[in-house]
Amino acid sequence: MDEKTGTMIREGVESIINPLDLYAIEVGIQLKEEYDGKAIVISMGPPGAEKALREAISMGCDDGILVTGKEFKGSDTWVTSFVLSKSIQNIGNYDLILTGERATDGDTGQVGPGIGSFLDIPLATYVSKIVEIKDKNIIVERLVEDGYETLKMPLPALLTVVKEISYPRLPTLRGKQKARKIEIPVWSADNMKLDKSKLGLKGSPTRVVKIGHPKVTRSGTIVKPNGEESLLKAIDQLIKFMQKKRINLRRFNR
Amino acid sequence: MSSRDVWTIAEQSQGKIKEVSYEILTRGRKLADKLGVELASILLGYNISDDKLNELIHRGADKVYIVNDSVLENFIVENYSNVLVDLVRKYKPNIIIAGATTSGRTLMPHVAVRVNAGLTADCTGLDIEKGTNNLLQTRPAIGGNILATIKTPNNRPQMATVRVKSTKPAPIDRSRTGKIIKIELKTELIDGKVERIGFRKTEDEAASIQDADIIVSGGRGLRKKENFVLIRQLAKNLGGVVGASRDAVDRGWISYPHQVGLSGKTVSPKLYIAIGISGSIQHLAGIKTSDIIIAINNDPDAQIFKISDFGIVGDLFEVVPLLNERLAKVVK
Ligand SMILES: Cc1cc2nc3c(=O)[nH]c(=O)nc-3n(C[C@H](O)[C@H](O)[C@H](O)COP(=O)(O)OP(=O)(O)OC[C@H]3O[C@@H](n4cnc5c(N)ncnc54)[C@H](O)[C@@H]3O)c2cc1C
Ligand SMILES: Nc1ncnc2c1ncn2[C@@H]1O[C@H](COP(=O)(O)O)[C@@H](O)[C@H]1O
Repeated sequence: MDEKTGTMIREGVESIINPLDLYAIEVGIQLKEEYDGKAIVISMGPPGAEKALREAISMGCDDGILVTGKEFKGSDTWVTSFVLSKSIQNIGNYDLILTGERATDGDTGQVGPGIGSFLDIPLATYVSKIVEIKDKNIIVERLVEDGYETLKMPLPALLTVVKEISYPRLPTLRGKQKARKIEIPVWSADNMKLDKSKLGLKGSPTRVVKIGHPKVTRSGTIVKPNGEESLLKAIDQLIKFMQKKRINLRRFNR
Repeated sequence: MSSRDVWTIAEQSQGKIKEVSYEILTRGRKLADKLGVELASILLGYNISDDKLNELIHRGADKVYIVNDSVLENFIVENYSNVLVDLVRKYKPNIIIAGATTSGRTLMPHVAVRVNAGLTADCTGLDIEKGTNNLLQTRPAIGGNILATIKTPNNRPQMATVRVKSTKPAPIDRSRTGKIIKIELKTELIDGKVERIGFRKTEDEAASIQDADIIVSGGRGLRKKENFVLIRQLAKNLGGVVGASRDAVDRGWISYPHQVGLSGKTVSPKLYIAIGISGSIQHLAGIKTSDIIIAINNDPDAQIFKISDFGIVGDLFEVVPLLNERLAKVVK
């Protein structure tokens, strides 16, 4: 983290695939195998993100595209969604866009819905299952607070997926060989003809103005009972603690 | 002309207003008072009675904008976004706040893109900056290891989703008065592409884990699926719900909706009890904002004890059954 600009330092940091994106990548690979299509993986990031793209290819993606350049530095989720939607339009012909639920660093979960909004295509978030794809329509289940909701929508569409949707596979030997050799095109603001004033920190509506470091340790009471009697004592102490903290114990044995 | 109002997005399900709507009224009221402007609650839904709308006023709103139409019965982001964007363009609010629910976290980025607004996710703190009157939005990032404060200096509206349960619902004050503004749904705002064709409730209480006041979670220390019964018992006894570490979920001992942590749910109950959970950084990321954390673990050096308010170092297979037993006596 750059404490001055409040943006993530991504240069020179070993790029790995955001763990939650592995589930989206797995779904992409499964679908292209089933429907005889193509799975393309896109990342907007520093040059080092190329490594993450090669990893996705070694799992089974067909191609990768790296969107990089200093003009993108410091982009917030609005700009990131914008740039990614432009690169998707640049590819042209697509049926389905998959993103992870959220990135484990920035952790906003806003980029997927943002891309859907820019592309103006149907959007389903928190998708836990693809039920059916038929006649250019997709039926999905999404995980909401109190259950699972089934949505039907025409393709192309954008799904953000949760972990429940798949088990990411490991790279194969053949995949690794392919990933080593494949050429990954690099797209910049210039070759996508983007207005640079709309990009990066400059183009971002939001600004990080302060970084704080919350104290995480709590200085609690830790008891180490030794033998049955002291265990009983420890448990009574725990119950007293809960009562003191006004935890409602009355619901017992409802 | 640009209005200076603060807006909060209310949520409903089958004509009932969800609790989170009142939590964000608490947030919104504070901001509106600091700015000296009006607070409006926006509600899209169907079959909403006037009583329900009045309750939003009794809980702090000066105005309620209601779009009541069968098309809006269920949350379909395209329809909701079109309607909200239309309202934003017409009434030009200064600030829009929604709950960081599955709907709020879908609707807000969809709208922010279209109205050119800055949006901050999952805020735990909202305030007004002295002098500039900008909205200061504070949120945990990088697995809760830092707290970032964010503002939107130039774009309006300023938008934020607020972490559920991070504030108390606004209380009812029946002496409060306000205006209910009923808005007709314009048919051209109906997208019509996405259809909701089914819904099934989660088979157990997992769904409510983010709303629960008490969560009892089990981890790898439980050794096998059958032993989760210990956790269920304690949860039931305390009137709480069951959570789990990723390890327990990955082993198939319990379903994913129960997972707490970085790649599961972020929770902030009054009481979180971690049993046989080591306290990995990813697990802690999901529980840091709990009021009280209690841990039971047989390893005195387990990380979980570092963030616990009370801990028992001991074998869970001895501690938990005994705890259940003793609780019975205490409460009788
Ligand atoms: C990207 C990423 C995302 C992740 N997301 C999550 C997430 O969302 N949630 C999550 O939980 N994890 C997550 N993890 C995994 C995390 O790193 C840990 O592996 C996991 O939390 C460990 O689960 P655990 O504490 O149950 O198991 P362990 O770490 O194996 O801990 C088991 C504990 O039980 C104790 N124990 C054993 N026997 C007994 C007994 N008889 N009595 C009492 N105590 C006993 C042990 O002392 C130990 O402390 C994530 C990891 C990654 C890389
Ligand atoms: N720079 C990026 N390049 C490619 N995909 C991204 C990028 N940022 C976010 N995403 C996608 O959007 C999802 C949500 O990210 P976020 O909104 O940052 O939490 C991620 O899981 C990715 O699938």
